[in-house]
Order: sequence, then C-alpha cells, then structure tokens
Amino acid sequence: MPFIPHTEQDVEEMLATIGVASIDDLFDEIPPALRCGKLEAIPPGLPEMEVSRLMQSRAKADGQPLCFIGAGAYDHHIPAAVWELTTRGEFYTAYTPYQAEASQGTLQLLYEFQSMMTALTGMDVSNASLYDGASALAEAVLMAVRANRKSKSKRVLMPRSLHPAYRKVVKSIVRNQQIESVEIGYDPESGLLDRQELETHAGEDFAALVIPQPNFFGVLEPIDELTNWAHENGMLAIAVVNPLAMSVLKPAGAWGETGADICCGEGQPLGAPLASGGPYFGFLCCTDALVRQMPGRIIGKTVDLDGKTGYALTLQAREQHIRRSKATSNICTNQGLMVTAATIHMSLVGGVGLQRVAAACHANTTRLIEALSSLPGVAPRFTGAVFHESVLTLPIETKRALRALAAHNVLGGFDLCEDYPELGDVVLVCATELRSDEEIETYRSKLQRVIESQVQTPCQLKPDW
Amino acid sequence: MSTTPTDRRYAKSHEWIKDEGDGSYTVGITDHAQELLGDLVFVDLPEVGASLDAGGDCAVVESVKAASDVYSPLSGEVIAINDALDGAPETINEDAFGNGWMFKIKPSDPAELNNLMDAAAYDQLVAEED
Amino acid sequence: MIYEHSRAGRRATAQAPLEMAELSGIPAELQRQTPPALPQVSEMQAVRHYTRLSQKNFAIDTHFYPLGSCTMKYNPRACNTLASLPGFLSRHPLAPETHSQGFLACLYELQEILKTVTGMHEVSLSPAAGAQGEFAGVAMIRAYHDARGDTARSEILVPDAAHGTNPASAVMCGFKTREIPTGEDGDIDVEALRAALGPQTAGIMLTNPSTVGVFERRIKEIAGLVHEAGGLLYYDGANLNAILGKVRPGDMGFDVIHMNLHKTFSTPHGGGGPGAGPVGVSKRLEPFLPVPRVGFDGTDYHWLTEKECPDTIGRLSAFAGNAGVLIRAYIYARILGREGMHRVAEYSTLNANYLLKRLMEAGFTAAYPKRRASHEFILTLKKQAKELGVNTMDFAKRLLDYGVHAPTTYFPLLVPECLLVEPTETEAKEDLDRFVEIMKTIQNEAETQPEVVRQAPHTMPVRRLDDVRAARELDLAWKEPSQAG
Repeated sequence: MPFIPHTEQDVEEMLATIGVASIDDLFDEIPPALRCGKLEAIPPGLPEMEVSRLMQSRAKADGQPLCFIGAGAYDHHIPAAVWELTTRGEFYTAYTPYQAEASQGTLQLLYEFQSMMTALTGMDVSNASLYDGASALAEAVLMAVRANRKSKSKRVLMPRSLHPAYRKVVKSIVRNQQIESVEIGYDPESGLLDRQELETHAGEDFAALVIPQPNFFGVLEPIDELTNWAHENGMLAIAVVNPLAMSVLKPAGAWGETGADICCGEGQPLGAPLASGGPYFGFLCCTDALVRQMPGRIIGKTVDLDGKTGYALTLQAREQHIRRSKATSNICTNQGLMVTAATIHMSLVGGVGLQRVAAACHANTTRLIEALSSLPGVAPRFTGAVFHESVLTLPIETKRALRALAAHNVLGGFDLCEDYPELGDVVLVCATELRSDEEIETYRSKLQRVIESQVQTPCQLKPDW
Repeated sequence: MSTTPTDRRYAKSHEWIKDEGDGSYTVGITDHAQELLGDLVFVDLPEVGASLDAGGDCAVVESVKAASDVYSPLSGEVIAINDALDGAPETINEDAFGNGWMFKIKPSDPAELNNLMDAAAYDQLVAEED
Repeated sequence: MIYEHSRAGRRATAQAPLEMAELSGIPAELQRQTPPALPQVSEMQAVRHYTRLSQKNFAIDTHFYPLGSCTMKYNPRACNTLASLPGFLSRHPLAPETHSQGFLACLYELQEILKTVTGMHEVSLSPAAGAQGEFAGVAMIRAYHDARGDTARSEILVPDAAHGTNPASAVMCGFKTREIPTGEDGDIDVEALRAALGPQTAGIMLTNPSTVGVFERRIKEIAGLVHEAGGLLYYDGANLNAILGKVRPGDMGFDVIHMNLHKTFSTPHGGGGPGAGPVGVSKRLEPFLPVPRVGFDGTDYHWLTEKECPDTIGRLSAFAGNAGVLIRAYIYARILGREGMHRVAEYSTLNANYLLKRLMEAGFTAAYPKRRASHEFILTLKKQAKELGVNTMDFAKRLLDYGVHAPTTYFPLLVPECLLVEPTETEAKEDLDRFVEIMKTIQNEAETQPEVVRQAPHTMPVRRLDDVRAARELDLAWKEPSQAG
C-alpha cells in the first residue's frame, strides 16, 4: 500500500480499540445509497519506476525547443542552490506558519522577502505573495477601489498595452462586484499608452490608473508623467512591473512626485522556472497608508517573552479567517514555496547581479532585434524604447512563420494577431540573458529560410503547416 | 472591571452614547466589549461629516485575533473623531468610557435614544451573556 | 537576518553575468540611480543562512503535523523529482500545442481522474488554490442564474462553522451571505435551513464531512431542499480526503465543487502554498467553467479557451494555474491508482477514529462523542481551561516542546477551546500512540505544574511572541540601520 504504513496486525488492533469489526464499519453514518463502487475508470496504481518511465517519456515528448517567447514568462538562469534549498523538506512540507514558534524559518524568510521586495520596488511594504501577476493586479484593483475614498465610481483605467491575459483575469475577478475596467488605447507609432485618449478622461471619477512598466509590447512608459496625471485626477497609481526590470528601471515608489500607490506584478523572473506557467507568484507592495487594505499574509517583526527578536503573522484582522465576509480578500493559501525560491534567488544574485541580468536581457534583445531586422520585411513595429521584448513586423503570416519555426524547434515569439488584430502580422519576441549569440543566429537563419520559402513558393504545393 | 456609568445609554451591540448637553453625543464601546476583544491594535473611525444610520456599521476595532464592527447607536452626522486613538488604540482598553471615546455625532432624531438601554439594563444583558 | 551577512561589494559572483552590459536604448530618466538594496552575500553564506532557517521549521518531513482541515500527509518525493524533469520545467506556458502533448496529456488525464473520483461531469484545473476554486465555483453559480435571467438570487448560505474563505469568496462574487446554525449533533440545522431558503437563495456552500469533523447525514435531504428553492449546492473540498473513493460529491447532489490538491492529492504545502484548487461541475454548469481546460480529439490534446467556451467565467491567472502542482498531483494519482484512492479515506478514517478513541479513554473530551469521526475530530479543552487555567493555546504550544506540530486551534469557532486533529492515513499506529502519551503527559503537567504548560514552548527558537506589539508597532521590512527610526 503506497504511503500507508499499517500492518495487518496494526489494523486489527486499531479496530479492536475502536470497537468495530472492519474498516468499512467506520463509514456507517454515510447513507448506503450514497456509497460509490469501484472507480474502474481510474487506472490501477503503478510502482514508482513505472510512473518514472511514463513521466520521462511525457517530458521528452515536448522537446526542449529554443525559446524566444516572453509575454509574461521569462527563461532565466536560476542558481543551483535556489531549488536545492527550496525543496528541503523543512520548507517544502511545512504549511502556513500558524504556530509561529515552530515556523520561525518560514516567517523570517517571508520577512526577508518583504524587505527585498520593498527594496526592489521602492515601496513601503510588501505582502507575502498572491497567486500570480494577473490575479495580483485584480487584487490591486479591488484594493484601490476600497482605498480611494475620494472616488465613488468603482471604475479603473486600464491600458490596452497591458498584458491581454491580465486584463481578462481582472475582468473575471472584479466584474461580480460591479467594478469596471475602462480601456485606454495605445499610440500606433510609439506603442505607448495613448496620452490623448487618456486626456479625455481628465477630471472624471476613476479609482485608479493602471501603469505597466514595461508594457506588454516591451515598451517603456513615461511613468513619471502618468503617475502625476493619475494623482492630479484623484486616482491611485497602480504600477504593474517586471521585478527584474525594476533593478535597472526607476522603482515604482519613486515614480512622479509622490510615487505609485500600489505596485504589483509577476514574480516568476525571480527564481521560478517556466514550468508551463506555474506555480509562479504574484507580489503586491504599497505605501504605508494603504497597508490595512492589502490582501494576503503579512509578516511582522516582534519580540518574544524574553525580548528576543521573532517573526509572526500580523494584521490578520484583514484576512478571511477572522474577518470572513468583510475580509480584504478570500486568499488563504498563497505561493509560499515560490517566495522561498525568490528570496534565496535574490540573496544569491544580489542587487548588482540582478542589474547585470537585466542589462544582459536588454542587450540580447537589442541584438535579436538587429539580427532579425536585417531580414527583408522584418522591422520593429513601435518606436518606443524597450526593455527586453519587442514587437516585430513580419513579411509573412505570423501563424505560418511561427509554425514553421516550431517545426525547426525554435519558438519564435508570441503571436499578437488574436489580441491586437489591427497590428497585422507581428510577433512579440524576447531574448533573455540565456540566449547566446549562436542561438540568436539560429533564429535569424531559420526565419530567413521560412520567409524565403513562403515568399517564393507561389503556393502550388502548399506545405501543410 | 469598572462599573457601568449611569450618565449614558447603551446598545445591545456594546456601544455607549452620552449626551454632551450641547447637541452633540459622544460614542464609544463599553468596557465589557474591550475586555472581550482583548488588546486592541487598531481602530478605524468614520470620517467627520459622514452621515450614519442608527444600527449601521460605522467603525471597526481590531485586536490581534478578532475584528469587530462598531454600530452607530443613533442616526446623524459625525462631527468629531478621537484622533488620539490613531497610534494609541490601547486607550480604549485602558479607559473605554473616558479617553477611549471614538466619535461625536449630531443626531438627526434624538428620540432614537429611547430605543437604547440604561446602565442597569445593560448590566443585566452582560450578566445574561456570561 | 540575511542582511546581517551583507557587506558592500560582496557578491555571489558565479550567479550573474560577469560584466554589466550597456543599457544604451533606455532613456536616462527611466533608469534607476542605484542598485536595489538586496543582500550582498557569498553563495555559501546564503546557503548556510537558509539551511539554518529551514531548521527552525516544523514540517511533515520532520514532525507529526496533525493540523486539522489541512491534510498534512506525506508528500511523495517522486512527485517532486518527476515534475522537475527538464522537459516540464523548461516548457514555456505559451509553447504551441505541437510542443505540449506530453504536458497536456498529464493534465487531461488528471481531469479525467478527478471527474471519476468526485462524480462530477466536467473539471477545470485552472484555479490556483482552494480559495480561488471557491471563487470560481460561486462565480459559476452566479453565471448560471444570470444566464437564466434569474437575477434576484442575491444570497449564499454558509454554515456557521464554515471556513472563513466561504463567506469571503461569496462576497467577492457580489453575494450577501447568511449563516445557518449547526445542531448539537454536528449536523446542519435543517429546520433553520428550510426557513432561510427562498427566492433570494443563490446557493449553499457546504463541506462534507463538515468542518466539525462529522459526515452530514441528511445531505440528500439538504440537496433536495436547496434545489427545490432554486439554489445550487457548492462542495468545499477541504475534507475530500475523508471520503476519497467512498462517497462522491456528485452523487450527494452537489452542483459544483473545488478540490484542494495540496491536501487530498498530497502536493506540498510549501510553507503556505502553492496549492491548486480545481473545480468540478454538474452538466448544467459546464459552459461556465474557468478556462483554460484541456480537450482531446482522440489523437491530440488541445487547449479549450474562450473561443470554444464563450460562456466561461473567464481566466483566473495569466496562464493555466499552478501547472507544476497539477503535474505532482497527477503523479500521485498514478502511483495510488484506483485501489489507492479507496485506501485514502479508509486509512485516514481509521487513524482518526483510533486516535479519538484512545484520547477519550485517556480522559479527553470529544466535541461530538456520539458521532463517528471522519478523517479528523474535535477535542474541547473547556474543562482544562476552566478547572486548571490551562487553555487550548497552552496545550498547543506545549505539544511543540514534545516534537509535535499543534493541531488546528480555535477553529471551528463554535466549539469552545477546541483542537481540530487530523492525523492522515500516512501516520503509523506507533506515532498515534506516541501522540496519546504526549497528550497524557501534558494533561498531567497541567494538573501538577500548570505554569510549565502556560509558559510553553520552552525548546523552540523563540518563546511566545508578542502579537500585540507586532500589530501595533508595525515592522514589516528590514531597513538599513541609518534609515531605521
């Protein structure tokens, strides 16, 4: 019996103690008509070596293509020590630190995490994580609506240049509370949030303006002006940032005259592998003034009976287990283990290290843009400065290009046609610090062949991509 | 435990309200209420100018392990709040009937006061709860 | 603190590019002036620091952890090792389906296994944790009523003993909540339920076995009443471990459920997550399931998104939820297989009833002594608190000294001075016996030297912490000594 230690003798003794004849008797309070039969549709159990064989083949089936997709998940180097330490049983198999004295490891680590996130974002306080970047933004929107006492509208301004999946997630999470996202377009030249359109909302009642940095196109927004504009119009400024980019970009807490009010984002670049999109973690930081509106766990430093430093969950009266229907959020379990990895990751890489990683991503992406733009018909779509992603125009149908590249084991980027049909055939590309010059050249030469074959073949024999 | 002052009225939800004689009424929570909650760590007060309904929640008192809504005993407008509680919520633990007052209200219908209990009735309520 | 090992100019040099590349394309006014104040430590310092921190934790791998309602059972190492194969770790979430068949096959089969084991019509794996599953479930209830033009249903019923996430999730979906009392035998008060039902009822959220650790015997009747009133039944899967392979929520009449894979399917709790909270639904709610889901056309696996599911309540995370957790749960399910699923409920229930019986024999008071325990049970230490001045918190802290993580304390709220104990199926008889001996020892201490218990713990890295100070004098982040106020 996998993972069940009972011997036959144990079972007999235990049943005798309880005073029943069989294990089945323990279910005698359940109406017999409700009992289910054998679960035939579930396959029989497999020993570890069989499961191992199965999983090896499944993992292999997905190849390990050369990846130039970013779009919210980035392929970074993770120091070996990060997951060696994170998967220690003491971190891996503990739970939420309800018994503080027996959880000082997790609690102190979370306090260190909060410290590092505030250093990175320039904000006053950080929580101990939310599920992912998109749901963190949804929580930030809810928080802004609660916190902005000047605003009565339950509306927020949401740029279309923000990640489309984030916009969808915000909608699914906030719509039942009648909160509305009003979308602001982007400038078709620069790829920046459209200032003229934004201006049309000046003086209107909105709880917050969402400001992505960089935006989904990789383009860097004029965050100072946008933050000031939000504040001048009685809105809170919600920053949605890439935490790696924060190491080289102006931190959200320093945006404009008084800084962003809430800063959230996807923590994946800090030590989480791509792993098909999760688990990652969402982070959420804010100013001191908003701390009681914050969702999720928060750890505070305190002292024990002897005056010795210790760490404990604090401000719990915001949370569902105490506040129930009036809690700031329903979140309970968060992404603790990913935060463990992120904390160790930030300690190992350090501030200067993160800057070097960020700069290498920027440099590689710049090289990638140059290399691909050398091909006929390929060029950056937008003029705005980028961090480590860029939208490129293609001379052929994006879908076909990406399929052909994938057949050569190159993932050539993210196709924007579904979310931004007005952009035509474009692709969002990214080269992290892991992409070597050779790999960039591989991409360039494969794309060249794909373009040539597509442009030259007058379609008598259409290859079935 | 201090004795229940007889110069004011009480709500079932453990608020007290005192007529200041100048058209304003002061509101706080009772000593019994603060004892049930334990050490308070935060008090969220209404804004001056806010209009309250009798029985509507208008403030929150938080201890480490609990948070409790405070309900306005009367309808009316908030004309003052006890700013000193911000940063010193323990004042309510120390002096719930005095320095731990929470806000002052200008009632729109002082007759609502008749719906509230006097000290003796409140003491009986507390005795029954135990 | 890691920052205490920090020295200006010290670096774990192997962990970043050797040189700083140019940030030539980025306008100066958008750049940061100084590097973020992260710790500056060597690799060994970091490794030693975090290894030592880990040693300050109780965990399943190191201690008996009978935390009620959390199902702290053994997390098989194979699940982690195999989910960490390079092919899984390096797969980009937006990789094309041609490069995703292995991964999608695992997810699809997991959907099928969860459908079978819960008796639901269809499953979506995307919610990231139990609370997000609850949100999704209640949002589907709302979408169902809305789609029928039945928009007056504004209320979700929850038992007074419900987990706090239930009312919080209902409110996030724009509902009001109304509490239904629990009867003295631990079952829900059906008469009170009857009185509460009406045209305003959107649904009811129930856990079965309930949060008081007993099986809701009149569940069929409850389902009938709620359905008659036009409401739907939501099953909170927090206690699914108690009935896995024995009773299925679908057969009990539930319309929508969530499962906590970090409980029932043994994925790691990770110091507070990540979890996974897949949702299952009956046929009429299928159109509303959150996306993405995984489909199979007999040859290939593919994503089901807004395009194929236009009535979906939408997406809850940027990609497909906590994929790595799902893979771990899949591996666990394959190792267990169908026989193993049945055994989960059997042995977790055996362990709980045995432990309860032995503790009762030792003089402890069960909250529901006439009821069969499910996979967990509640003790009340009311007597100890009153007669000895030693309360549940004191017992809990003293347990730590004896190397046992405390059970859940003071939940559910309606049982005074309670301990919610869940031993799980992976604990051996001798470990349960040891727990009984420890509880007897603490009881003896409470009688003869109560101060020892009241002052516990004595052997942990810290003694009891000043929670009040933590909340009054907020210190939520380390600051450079010069900045510290």
